[in-house]
Order: sequence, then C-alpha cells, then structure tokens
Amino acid sequence: MPRRICRAVNIKKMYYRGKMTVEALRGVDFTIHANDYLSIMGPSGSGKSTLVHILSCLDTPTSGEYFLEDRQVSKYTDQELARVRNEFFGFVFQNFSLLPRLSALDNVAMPLLYAGTKKNDRVVRAREILDKIGLGDRINHRPNEMSGGECQRVAIARSLINKPRVIFADEPTGNLDSRTGAEIMEIFDRLVDEGNTVVMVTHDSNVAAHAKKIVKLKDGMIEYD
Amino acid sequence: MISIFGKITLSFQTFRTHKLRSFLTTLGIVIGVMTVIAILSLIEGLNRSVAEQIQSLGSDLIYLQKFTWVSTGHRDLEKLANRPDLIPDDAIAITKLASVEIAIPEINRRLTNLKYRDNEVASPTITGSDENFAWVNNHIVESGRDLSRDDVLHRRAVGIIGSYIASNLFPDESPLGKDIYVNGHRVKIIGVFKEKGTFLGNSLDNFLLIPNTLYEKFFPRERGSIFSRVYGGYSIDIKPRTGKVEQAIDEIRELMRRRHGLTFDEDDDYELNTQQVLLDLYQNLTNVGFIAIVAIAAISLVVGGIGIMNIMLVSVAERTREIGIRKAVGASNQNILSQFLIESVVLALVGGIIGILLGMLLAALISAVSPLKAAVSLWMIALGFGFSASVGIFFGIYPARKAATLNPIEALRYE
Repeated sequence: MPRRICRAVNIKKMYYRGKMTVEALRGVDFTIHANDYLSIMGPSGSGKSTLVHILSCLDTPTSGEYFLEDRQVSKYTDQELARVRNEFFGFVFQNFSLLPRLSALDNVAMPLLYAGTKKNDRVVRAREILDKIGLGDRINHRPNEMSGGECQRVAIARSLINKPRVIFADEPTGNLDSRTGAEIMEIFDRLVDEGNTVVMVTHDSNVAAHAKKIVKLKDGMIEYD
Repeated sequence: MISIFGKITLSFQTFRTHKLRSFLTTLGIVIGVMTVIAILSLIEGLNRSVAEQIQSLGSDLIYLQKFTWVSTGHRDLEKLANRPDLIPDDAIAITKLASVEIAIPEINRRLTNLKYRDNEVASPTITGSDENFAWVNNHIVESGRDLSRDDVLHRRAVGIIGSYIASNLFPDESPLGKDIYVNGHRVKIIGVFKEKGTFLGNSLDNFLLIPNTLYEKFFPRERGSIFSRVYGGYSIDIKPRTGKVEQAIDEIRELMRRRHGLTFDEDDDYELNTQQVLLDLYQNLTNVGFIAIVAIAAISLVVGGIGIMNIMLVSVAERTREIGIRKAVGASNQNILSQFLIESVVLALVGGIIGILLGMLLAALISAVSPLKAAVSLWMIALGFGFSASVGIFFGIYPARKAATLNPIEALRYE
C-alpha cells in the first residue's frame, strides 16, 4: 500500500448568499496516496471545484477534518497554510492564472520567490523545468505572447517547481482545443509515470479516462458504484 | 522571504506601468513637502541673520527705561507716562554698583531730515549721550575724534555722524569741521563713525551723536504728548561686568527702588530690557510661524496621504487576481502586506524626495530674487523624509491589510 499523503473526513462546505445557504459539499471523505492519478467528475454545481480547493488548502471547510500527513489542517496558522500551498501542493487552473506582466520564466519561478530561494537558483530551476516541458525557447515571452497550450504548460511548470507532493488541476484542458488538451494530458500522464501524484477535476470523460481512478461527485456527495 | 530590495524593485515596476497615475498621486506629497522645506529654510535663514544682527548690537547691554520692549497684552500708557523720568544721575549712581562696569544716559529722537547744501538725508536719529556712548555701543570713530568729557560738561555744539549721513551729506568732501543745523542750531562735525550695517532692514549708521547736555538745550523737555512722555525721555545703557548680568540686574533693581522711594508693596516703576528679551520675542514670533507651517504641512500631507490611500485601494482592487494567484502559489499574508506597504511607502518617499529637491530649489530661487536668505539644514531634509515615509505607512496600512487578508479563492474568482 502506497504512503497516504492526505485524508479528508466528512468535509462539508456551506456558502452564504444573502439569506440563502448553498451546501456545496455535504460530507465527503477523500484520501490521496502517493502516486495516485485521480479524476473528480461531476456536473457543474456538484462541488468538485470546491473539493479540490479545500484539498489544496486554497479554501477551508465549514466542518469536517482534513489531515496532511496526519496533522490537522484546521490547526494550521495562516503562515503555515501559505507554506503548504507553496511547498506541499501545486495547482493548475483552467484559466492558467499567470501574471500577465511577468515572463514565462518569472511566472514559473514565482513560488520559489516565496520559498526564499536565491535568485540564481530560481532562474536555474525555472529554466530547467521549462526546458523539460518543451518551452525552453519561450522563457522570456509574456503570457499574451504565447498560445493557450503554451500558457498551460507554463502553469504546469509553475506547479511543479517546488516538487510538490500533489499536483491539483481544475479543468486543465477546459480552455484548450482538443488537440492541445490531449498534449497537456500527455504531460500529466508522464508526470504520474515519473512518480508524481495528480488529482484533477473535469467534466470531460475523455480527459477523466487518463486517470487510474475516477471519483464521481453529485450534489456535494460522492457517488459510489 | 523576498528581500526588501526585491520588493522595492517590484514597486518601481508598478509605477512604470502607471506613470501618470503614480505621478499624480505623489503630487500632494510633493507640494506639501516642497512648501514646508521652502518656508522652513527661509525662516531658518531669517533666524540666523536676525540672531547675528542682534548679537552685533552688543548683546550684553541692559537698558533701564520707563517702558518694556516686550509687553503681553494691553499697555497702560497713562501709567507708564506717570512714571518718574530717568535722569543722567541715575547712570552715575548705577556706575558705582559692584557688578556694573559703566552706565550712560542716552536720549533719542528722530529728525525729519538733515541738510548740507544740496544734500539731504531723511529721518536720521539724533542721540544725546556722553563720551562713553561710542565704546559702550560698539561704535568706532573712523575719522576725527570721539566726544570728550569737556564737550559734555561745556555743552559744546559738536557732533559725530554715522557713515550713512557722512556719505550722503558729504559725498565728495570730508565732513570734519563742517557745520550742519539741527532745529536751527549749528552743530560742528568732529568725527565720523565706522559703518555698522543694517538691523532688520534699518540702517544703523543714519544717526548723529551730540552731547546729552546739548540735546537738552535743543529739545527742552516739555509736558508733551503721552507718547513723548513714555518714549521721549532718557534711557540708561548699562554695561555689566563680564558674566555678571543677573547680579547687575538685581543690584540695579534694588538701587532704583531706593532712588524712587518705592515701598516693598509697590511695583517697580521702571523696566530693565536686555537684548535677550528681543531674541526671545523674535523666537516667540517665529515659533508661531513654525507652528503655522507644521499645521499647513500636516493638512497637505493628510491630503497627500488620502490620495495615496485612494490609489492603493484602486491598485489592490485592480490586482485582486494577482493577489489570488500569488497566494495560491504560496505568498503569505505577510508577503502581500509588505509588498503593498512598501509600494505605498516608496510612492510617498519618491514624492518626498522630489518635494525636498523642489523645496530647496524654490528657497534658492526666493533667495536669489529677494533679500531673504534661505538656509537648508539637514534636519529639514530628515523631516521631509520622515513625514513622507510616515504618510506612506499610515495611509498604506489599510489598503495593504485589505490585500493581505483576501481569501485566495475569492480573489482568484474576481473578474
């Protein structure tokens, strides 16, 4: 049995929209092991994005417990949560979420900035990863000078730079055409082959099929077969 | 952590992308700091020249007079006029005091003019005193001779003129031995004083010294206006022995109370004025000016600060997504807080530096075209820096906190 990285128990998440209460997650258990390749599927509004946001510590649950290597996340300070997002997890967004004013290199190196890495090391490591992902000739380009596929590869490079335990991807191919999307999925496949752990959200069953295991979400709960 | 230097560089990148906006934002600070530096340096320049000039008068003299130089509130002229006149005998008595080197009588008035042939000087001062007047008041006889004891005793019609009168009445010839007329009385010029310059814009050399005995003959003391009864009589110039000013004042007070027959429950009926009083008065005046400057500065810096706060809030709103992205990849609240705080401080400091430079330039410009002399001190520059930096911190902290405490998910969703 591979090592367990994180475990969520009975996670609930409520949003308050004026007087309305929206229950996005209604008691979800979720465990991620090392080298997992998971797809979270479900129709829109099923709470799949909310779930990965909580799992990646971008958001906090209303109730339930979440453990990172057996430490309770609810006991983390803001500072510690920032470190978890920086070193523990990488995140790839549907809309790439790159800083438009920075070059590909600077975007990729940004997490290292907050990790306190020296400037020379930041440049060397970012260049290395961009090379590996096939963007070695694009390092000085800004996001608006690159195609969607290239942007998403920069975003993946950024998520990888701190050697995270888990890479989360929320609809990573959602803004791309099918051919580019397939190229991106090949990158994820390769990352898992190299020993990385990937958890992605998608509503596209072709994309989900890349994963070793598919988790279906409906109305804030996991559907078990 | 990112180095401070890195964050400052980051701030400048932001300013480069919003050149006009950043410039307009700092304008409030620029104008505020510029005004303060310019006015402060002018006040400081004025202070220095006034202090110099007061010192040049001979700073240790004590003046025994019927009136005080510095009065707080209403002056009861009637009461001052009814005080006993001071007389040359007072000077003789005071000279005998242990802590006094010498005391001399002095009496002044302003004439409409003095004429010699076609030449004329307007409103010269005529002073009646004795042979010790010149050295007590730091006047040096440049040509001719000083008054003598005999001139005073025999009421000789002789006078010594200041350099201003000498050069204006006698531009082409020596004034020595020439006669001028005061109130229709002839006065023979026996000497010329060396130039002393100006005090607060008035020439110190536009005066004629004659024996006080002669003065009494020229201007008999009649029961004149209330003003002349207060200000028209003798004052006694007292030169204390070195380092004995306080002691001299005590002794003079005791002596004068005795001479005027005052009982213990009566107030003094004379005043002792020193140049320290003038300095204090001047200091008080400039302190008021100083407080006014600080108030103006405070207002303009608050206005500037509000401008900075406003633009920082706009900046935080515009960069909400950026904040979300940075937090998502591991920026802590602290990182975001310091990034925005440094940005506002740098913004304010840039304004402050420009303001300091422009203020110095403005002060130099005013000095060049007016008689005012500006003096920029290091403390003013430090003040300019300190003010603008604190404005940056004070008005930057709220927007920066707002940015730092944004929820990453909500920030990422922001369009």
